[in-house]
Amino acid sequence: MSTTLILIQILNGLQLGVILFLIAAGLTLVFGVMGFINLAHGVQYMVGAYLAYWGYGVTGSFVLALLMALPLALLMGLVLEFLVFRHLYDRDHLSQVLATFGVILFLNQLAKVIFGPASLSVPPPEFLDFSFTLIDGLLYPAYRIAVIVAGLLVALILWLVITRTRVGMLIRAGATNPDMVSALGVNVRQLFLIVFGFGAMLAGFAGVMAAPIFSVEPGMGDNLLIVAFVVIIIGGAGSIRGAFVAALLVGLVDTLGRTLVTDGLRLVMDASSANQIGPAIASMLIYVLMALVLFWRPEGLFAARAAR
Amino acid sequence: MNKFAMTLAAGLLGLGTAAMAEVKVGMIVTLSGPPAALGQQAVDGFKLAMDDLDGKLGGHDATLIVEDDELKPEVALSKANSLVESAEADFVVGTIFSNMLQAVFRPVTESETFLISPNAGPSTFAGRNCNPYFFVTSYQNNQNAEVMGAHAQAAGYKKVFMIAPNYQAGRDNMEGFRMHYEGEIVDEVYVPLGHQDYSAEIARIATSDADAVFAFTPGGMGVRFVRQFRDSGLADKVQFMSVFTTDETTLPAQKEAAEGFLAAGNWAPDTATDASKAFVAAFEAKYGYVPGGYAMQAYDAAMLINSAVEAVGGDLSDKDAVRAALEAADFTSLRGDFSFNTNHYPVQDFYQLSVAEREDGAWVTSVGEKIFDDYGDSFAEECSM
Repeated sequence: MSTTLILIQILNGLQLGVILFLIAAGLTLVFGVMGFINLAHGVQYMVGAYLAYWGYGVTGSFVLALLMALPLALLMGLVLEFLVFRHLYDRDHLSQVLATFGVILFLNQLAKVIFGPASLSVPPPEFLDFSFTLIDGLLYPAYRIAVIVAGLLVALILWLVITRTRVGMLIRAGATNPDMVSALGVNVRQLFLIVFGFGAMLAGFAGVMAAPIFSVEPGMGDNLLIVAFVVIIIGGAGSIRGAFVAALLVGLVDTLGRTLVTDGLRLVMDASSANQIGPAIASMLIYVLMALVLFWRPEGLFAARAAR
Repeated sequence: MNKFAMTLAAGLLGLGTAAMAEVKVGMIVTLSGPPAALGQQAVDGFKLAMDDLDGKLGGHDATLIVEDDELKPEVALSKANSLVESAEADFVVGTIFSNMLQAVFRPVTESETFLISPNAGPSTFAGRNCNPYFFVTSYQNNQNAEVMGAHAQAAGYKKVFMIAPNYQAGRDNMEGFRMHYEGEIVDEVYVPLGHQDYSAEIARIATSDADAVFAFTPGGMGVRFVRQFRDSGLADKVQFMSVFTTDETTLPAQKEAAEGFLAAGNWAPDTATDASKAFVAAFEAKYGYVPGGYAMQAYDAAMLINSAVEAVGGDLSDKDAVRAALEAADFTSLRGDFSFNTNHYPVQDFYQLSVAEREDGAWVTSVGEKIFDDYGDSFAEECSM
């Protein structure tokens, strides 16, 4: 295990963390501010990726596709809020889970009907179509660096919005004590709509950015959704700062774990047993991390909501 | 009243044709979720064969009932039960995935209905648990990996890095590769099923000093791995070999990223038999995409059933006669040589395939060197039927 490999893996872990952050940021606001469990958040990531694919097909330019996808993802979030989610705010979590799960099934199937079941691909923008040489023979695509930079920029913008603007103040207040905010005469429904729409747009943005790295296919957001929930539980529901720290933490633990655990086990047992057990342990690591955080800080690392 | 009379007439008519031996085929494949493209290929391949036979099988009117197993064992099981019990299918064609086959195997074979797999060929039913009612028109699952390993050995790759998802088929394919490969395996890495980002694994390959990589990353996993592998620049230094990773269901998304990558199989769209050329042309004209092995094997399954029904003159009640007719495999397989082993798995030729762009711009696998002639699987000797 060389230092170079570890440094490369840290870079990879950061990139995974940034994509996780883009998804978790919207989810944590929706969950933290509204107390609403939105399983369909992962599907909005998929919608973003398909919009990028469609936009690229229409315009032939990734940047134009991105510019088209963002308002459409926002619109999609608003339409879903209007049609489905606003009727669920006062219902219990089970109803929310059932209804948003239904939205997952519907949109996954819709994507299949429109675009077919096969995996699709989107090329990165041309001006980012070059690579850095990490070590001899191994290149790191510039696009991946761009994803990291874009994710960090979004984190910065979100932080500014949350801490420096009136809407941000309301969101923070809503996350801490929604009943009081409502009692003070704030139009909570409208606040929910804004949070929801921009949450959906962030997930869509993550989908667009991920499309050139991963493949675009029905159900692509389902696995990431689970990890995104792990991120917001570790970070503390409703906290953007928590989501950011937890996403990077989960990204690093997952990526480094997959390299280090098997290698570590090989030191104490034979290679084939290590190959059997290593991957199993590595895929559990983020859940172990979550369990540990829940044990010592049940509200998450940066709890936004006061304990009730 | 009128409606009732029509229903009655239809009922009588139905009775009439049933007496004239109508062949009923039930098909259970995966048509939802990301792997739906594989099931769709099988359905289209089978339907094309029935079109070529004017909607008949063995000269008798035939109906095809297509069911989606949704990649859930309990769904596959209930679909299988309904096909053999209520629909009274004469043949069941399925499945794409081995774990679905496990689910439908007992209900279908115990009802003494012939089960013909157009793709899944697990070792489970190739050896001691082989079954007189079970036939496979594809391969035994490990064989493609065995072929790839034999090629790696012959081509002289010294150090191979292996990667597969962490489940049974992943380990089976790793084992298959080892069967004929005697060089050094520098590392074997197991990733979670549905893995998204391979950059961590690619970094390991780059630092491992391997001169070739062997991958089993089916479906969307393959699309991501192949494109990320190409983007990493490793493809110029490390030869990419794989099974179920660069095929006609994934190449439309991989395109030039997979250029020159090696695979192994029993057929490719440019297989030079007359039957195959006609099949590929007709398939592309009708469905608008390039057929892969899944479509070819389903087409062969239909032709196999056709040959058996014809041989017994449409009398499907004598199961032993039907079985003997199926075992004879008296049809022209699109892949060329084809016969059944003692365990009802195929004995066929295997080739090294490589990914290339066709003149019309479609990305396809292309037949290369023949690796094995009349190659059967290693489990057949444990089978006694």
